[in-house]
Amino acid sequence: MSSTPAIRLTGLTKSFGAVTAVDQVNLDVAEGEFFSMLGPSGSGKTTVLRMIAGFEQPTSGTVELFGNDVTAAAPFDRDVNTVFQDYALFPHMTVLENVAYGLRVRGMNKADRTARATEALEMVRLAKYGDRKPTQLSGGQRQRVALARAIVVQPKVLLLDEPLGALDLKLREQMQVELKEIQRKLGITFIFVTHDQEEALTLSDRIAVFNDGGIVQLGTAEEVYRAPNSEFVANFVGTSNVFSAEQSAALFAGTSACSIRPEKIVLAPAGSTAAHDISIPGVVAETIFLGASTRVVVDLEGGKRVSALEPNDDEAGIAHTRGDSVVVGFNRSSLVTLH
Amino acid sequence: MTTTINPSLPDRAAVSPPRDSVARRGSVFLYRHAKVRLGLLLSAPLFWLGLVYIAALIALLITALWTVDSFTGDIIIEWSFDNIMTVLTGAVYQAVTLRTLGAALLVTVIDVVVALPIAFFMAKVASTRAQRWLLIAILTPLWASYLVKAYAWRSVLSEGGVLDSALAPFGGSTPGYGFEGTVITLAYLWLPFVILPIYTALDRVPNSLLEASSDLGATTGTTFRHIVFPMITPGIIAGSIFSFSLTLGDYISVKIVGGATQMLGTLVYANVGTANNLPLAAAIALIPITIIFVYLAAVRRTGALDNL
Repeated sequence: MSSTPAIRLTGLTKSFGAVTAVDQVNLDVAEGEFFSMLGPSGSGKTTVLRMIAGFEQPTSGTVELFGNDVTAAAPFDRDVNTVFQDYALFPHMTVLENVAYGLRVRGMNKADRTARATEALEMVRLAKYGDRKPTQLSGGQRQRVALARAIVVQPKVLLLDEPLGALDLKLREQMQVELKEIQRKLGITFIFVTHDQEEALTLSDRIAVFNDGGIVQLGTAEEVYRAPNSEFVANFVGTSNVFSAEQSAALFAGTSACSIRPEKIVLAPAGSTAAHDISIPGVVAETIFLGASTRVVVDLEGGKRVSALEPNDDEAGIAHTRGDSVVVGFNRSSLVTLH
Repeated sequence: MTTTINPSLPDRAAVSPPRDSVARRGSVFLYRHAKVRLGLLLSAPLFWLGLVYIAALIALLITALWTVDSFTGDIIIEWSFDNIMTVLTGAVYQAVTLRTLGAALLVTVIDVVVALPIAFFMAKVASTRAQRWLLIAILTPLWASYLVKAYAWRSVLSEGGVLDSALAPFGGSTPGYGFEGTVITLAYLWLPFVILPIYTALDRVPNSLLEASSDLGATTGTTFRHIVFPMITPGIIAGSIFSFSLTLGDYISVKIVGGATQMLGTLVYANVGTANNLPLAAAIALIPITIIFVYLAAVRRTGALDNL
């Protein structure tokens, strides 16, 4: 693409004393992209977000917004807005005043800013709640107020710092759909920080997987899931069975470390004829019922433990129980080589 | 089916139930009888508040309604509003009341203005370590005797004293002993009582709110006006109640650094001592009490006491 990226990070580094929280991050995010920064806590993703917002000054490196270097600019001089993890709603203001705050400090008159704020509240389906105080709202509603407050000032980039972390599962799934819809409607860049790999996979156009202060893999959700480039990504994004170079050599004459997703593994009764490239006998160690599927943990001959995911849609499904002898089968093409 | 939870665990002696004792039975009784529990909990403080605290105030009011035999100096128990009328209409008392009120307001304003940046630095800027040291620095003077601190200020304010020589290069001089000296000394004495509630209030303002405000386009000053100030108003009011009421009642500092300045406290002191007119002293003492009541009522209407 020839157009200027919405955000360009160059050699971004942040140290807190002796600790390097973010180490040499280079990243381009395109305009209108739903971009996720995924990683465990302490991986530096939130620090990167805070440097984009302007709350932290990078130790070295630059932040560019649509081609303008904003590295030294104060947060109030940047065309980005943040949805905070704890929502950060002003407790002494009503919901409407909270949403109108950004317009108020820009000097917009009361009638106009009330109209705009009401519009933004309608977008998150909270128009009726304008007179309430934030404490009178539920977690999900507060979340939506925080979103309305950030989008009412029409930022070019919206930063979301684990915005759904405090919500329960059902609400989180509902909010994911709403976020995606709002992003599509507004057409602005969303940068979404999360430690929830499922959330990142569901929402994102592209994902940057963070570990130890740097990006370890960058790609679309599908790329990151189907072709993890390291043991860390294979384990962090979804679950994987990882074989070290020695294990793969011993078990199926592999040449390097590799991984396979549990859903690619098929279990057959002991002694059945091989339907896959690779068949290894083993014993069922544990079965975990997950609703739509069952996770079966199998101890392979030689001690390696793998986990398989079996769909529960088969009416005549073979129910495995602890201690059953089985054959673990999978194809070579399903194996992902790790570096 | 066996009832053992985990057969792989080795057999161990069962955990015996807690042993019976008098304390245990007492606890059980109190647990079941909430009203007895409440009674035991509240009787001592209620006794103190009711008998010692409120009764003393009522005694003061009653004393104000008595008179003193000007010849013998004995108290005559005879109801009259003469003392209260004297205090309300006498030019001296009106002047002293206004002066005391002025001093209380001045001390409060000075303390709040000085306390705000200190409290802000402590709560939002300083490292945890520096924060702890600052807190110690602010609390330590409270251990020093009030008298010592007042006399220290007497020496600071004296002619040729520290303040005098510090201001001399700029063509200034010490305000000396008088109203100004009293205000400066009292502002110093009550400063910790104003810093602490404001610091606590600021500490409770999450940093993310300040970040959110600046993220939404507010400059630092705007954030302070719209977010920080409204949120710490209860703390400022709590601090002002201390500095205001303590100044209204003070007489020791006035005696030490006030020179000839008369305040309500010194009037009470003079009437109890030299003039031997306890009823008039009681009547004068009712003035600061009334002012504080009015102040608290005004504060209550703003709703600031709800979050105290």
